[in-house]
Amino acid sequence: MKSDAVSWFRMQEMFHFQGFQLFGIFITGIASSALGIFIIKKFNIKTIDGEPVKIDKKEFNWGYVYGSLLFGVGWGLTGACPGPIYVQIGSGLSIAVVTLLSALAGTWVYSYLKPRLPH
Amino acid sequence: MIDFIRQPWPWYVAGPVIGLTVPLLLLVGNKTLGISSSLRHICAMCLPAKIPFLKYNWKDYLWNIYFVVGLLIGGFIAGVLLQPVHVMPLSDATWQNLQALGVSKQNGILPVEVYSWAHLLTWKHLIITVGGGFLVGFGTRYLGGCTSGHGIAGISMMQWPSLLATVLFFLGGILTANFILPLLLK
Repeated sequence: MKSDAVSWFRMQEMFHFQGFQLFGIFITGIASSALGIFIIKKFNIKTIDGEPVKIDKKEFNWGYVYGSLLFGVGWGLTGACPGPIYVQIGSGLSIAVVTLLSALAGTWVYSYLKPRLPH
Repeated sequence: MIDFIRQPWPWYVAGPVIGLTVPLLLLVGNKTLGISSSLRHICAMCLPAKIPFLKYNWKDYLWNIYFVVGLLIGGFIAGVLLQPVHVMPLSDATWQNLQALGVSKQNGILPVEVYSWAHLLTWKHLIITVGGGFLVGFGTRYLGGCTSGHGIAGISMMQWPSLLATVLFFLGGILTANFILPLLLK
């Protein structure tokens, strides 16, 4: 919210390559996350329950391709990925509830169709 | 101090704040950052309807629900309690593009010409809000993540499928914002 990461207008700016704000957030987000993970691995830091930190390797499936493109279209239209939807609602934009309900519907329909979709 | 919090945040502050939740969540209990999965948990909680993908112990993922409640609270604090002192300027070029499509220069995070109860009920706007929202929900589950789970967490964890996904959904977004959205809004 504070950095416009949830702003539809900022998304348009990003998708037209007319501004750096959101790219900056992505890049520093990934960098700081990678640094944190590197430190965890290097010093073998455990979780607060004392377990080793475990990162499972992701497997490829065609869902990555089709799903990404579909999500991308939705993202371009609404300017929101799932996180911003909640933030928008919290900030008082009741209309974002429509987006949330539509996203829930999309998730539900996917769950229903999953066995029949190419993966 | 309060004044600093009320200013808009530059990307080099927001990025690390967001990025550091990934190692933090790992340390708290091997949880991987991901927000789109909350949609699946909510479906499983409310309407599983004998669908195999929704039959699992969603209670194991309650942390995820708490996380999105946190997002709601964060939005409230940032958007309502901490009234912004001034708005971050958007590039002029973007405003010009948007004005050509009928979206006026405004403060706020959603364009009222499309995203408001008054304007929702036209075919064009319904396609954008409901259709767009639907695709977000459908696409993120098909893909198994979103910009947080794959874009930030996945890439920083060196998962190449996450990189592929991120490239593709950026592509989808760019094509949509540059071609499909103008078509709909004209």
